[in-house]
Amino acid sequence: MSDLWTMIWKEWKDFLWSGGRSDLLRPLLNIAVLGIILPLSFSQGWINLDPAPVLIVLFTPFMFVILIISDAIAGERERHTLETLLASRISDRAILLSKVLVAVAYNWAMTLLCLLLGALVVNLSQGLRQWEFYKPISLFSVVLVLCFLTTLLAASGGVLISLKSATVRQASQTMLLGLIILGLSISMIVRLLPPGFATSLTTPQIVLIIMLVLVVLDAILLVASLASFQRSRLILS
Amino acid sequence: MPESMIHAEHLSRSFGTIKAVDDLSMDVPAGIVFGFLGPNGAGKTTTIHLLLGLLEPTQGKARVMGFDTRSQADEIRNRSGALLEFSGLYERMSAEDNLDLYGRIYRMPGPERKARAKELLTHLDLWDRRKEKVGNWSRGMKQKIAIARALFHHPPLVFLDEPTAGLDPVAAAALRADLTSLVANEGVTVFLNTHNLAEAEKLCAQVGVIRKGKLLVLGNPDELRLREGGNKVEIIGRGFDEKTLTLLQARPEVQRAEIQNSRLMIDTRGESRIGPLVTLIVQSGAEVEDISRGGESLEELFLTLMQEENQ
Repeated sequence: MSDLWTMIWKEWKDFLWSGGRSDLLRPLLNIAVLGIILPLSFSQGWINLDPAPVLIVLFTPFMFVILIISDAIAGERERHTLETLLASRISDRAILLSKVLVAVAYNWAMTLLCLLLGALVVNLSQGLRQWEFYKPISLFSVVLVLCFLTTLLAASGGVLISLKSATVRQASQTMLLGLIILGLSISMIVRLLPPGFATSLTTPQIVLIIMLVLVVLDAILLVASLASFQRSRLILS
Repeated sequence: MPESMIHAEHLSRSFGTIKAVDDLSMDVPAGIVFGFLGPNGAGKTTTIHLLLGLLEPTQGKARVMGFDTRSQADEIRNRSGALLEFSGLYERMSAEDNLDLYGRIYRMPGPERKARAKELLTHLDLWDRRKEKVGNWSRGMKQKIAIARALFHHPPLVFLDEPTAGLDPVAAAALRADLTSLVANEGVTVFLNTHNLAEAEKLCAQVGVIRKGKLLVLGNPDELRLREGGNKVEIIGRGFDEKTLTLLQARPEVQRAEIQNSRLMIDTRGESRIGPLVTLIVQSGAEVEDISRGGESLEELFLTLMQEENQ
């Protein structure tokens, strides 16, 4: 656990907050898009959690994680810091999990912050007499859980790709390709479902199935990443 | 702690058909700077990777600080420091944070990390610049911090892979001086990969020369120079001329004699006595001021070994 905290501290210092003004760019961009611009354009639909804003809320952190995670292992390799880290006593698990956890925690917390800011922006822009929050609140909770699972999917899949990529550019390109394949696969699976299957299920059942699928995919990708993280292979790459 | 810090037995590592390390057997005693010399691609870096347990040998075995590199690599990495081919510094982080990170990795308590950082940065004259991001620093300064990082957690053994490579002569000399004083202060064993022979001559109590993965010689630099160049005699003086050379070449124990930059260089056959030759030189009218046997520098020895291997 202490190793994991050490590596989280390192990720924070090295990647997210090294103290420069440029470090503000990424969170500000995130906040501007998801916390101000989109809530303003969807206005009441944002608070009501219409399907379009929900999809955007799930998709945006997913994209931000992909931008961050491509740098994870491939970036360390490119900047020649990985070899020294591998020559130290730090465990493989701490190196890998810290990258996944930081990417997920940062983006999930940022999404939560943006959603809270978005609610404030909509209330202020609409001049609502009574303060309104996301409704139904149960859907808001589901969005937060789904957001966590999708960012974890992006982070664990991303770190696996980053492990096998020589450069950050190669990792980013492979991740983009992976994203396209994922989109096409989802669309194909939906089409292959027996007619009337979706209508026979209640909304909570559909949500539960989606969550279960995401949990299984997250677990598979995390285990695959941990299995792929081999010092002898990484030192030669 | 075992007497032998590093013990390798027939250690080999192949990559496909290429033997990067080939049947390497050696012992490195504790408390010395050991120079591992060889040209680029000789297998020096692979040897460090094998000794740190980052790579598994294809044959043979090695023990580092008494731990087996195959099964106890974690113990080795826990007790050693390393500056590998690249400095490995996080360039967006400050010098202080780079050191602090490795202090945390080696589970040093906070106050100890702070005190150690101050001690090392002050020693390296970098204390005032500790808050600066190292990405803006010169390569020489980065290497200094990287050496400090390798020594940060007081490891008994440090691996340094060509620490002065790419530095200008002034920066290299400064780094060597820092390294020498740090090593003396810390009392660590250093496994130093280098192809800088002057560096090895200055720093190392023992050297091994490797080429194409094979260890060619192993020993104290002075002993090696005597062993390999023991038949060479260098005479400094005045008045050496053709007459001196003719007289010397007439002697059965002299294989070759020549004048190089006013110095008389003589190759003798076997362990010949020098006395009669000096008498002869003086009789020829020359003056003798200084005589040294085994006059080959480590560089000459190294080149000789490389040539012998080529033949």
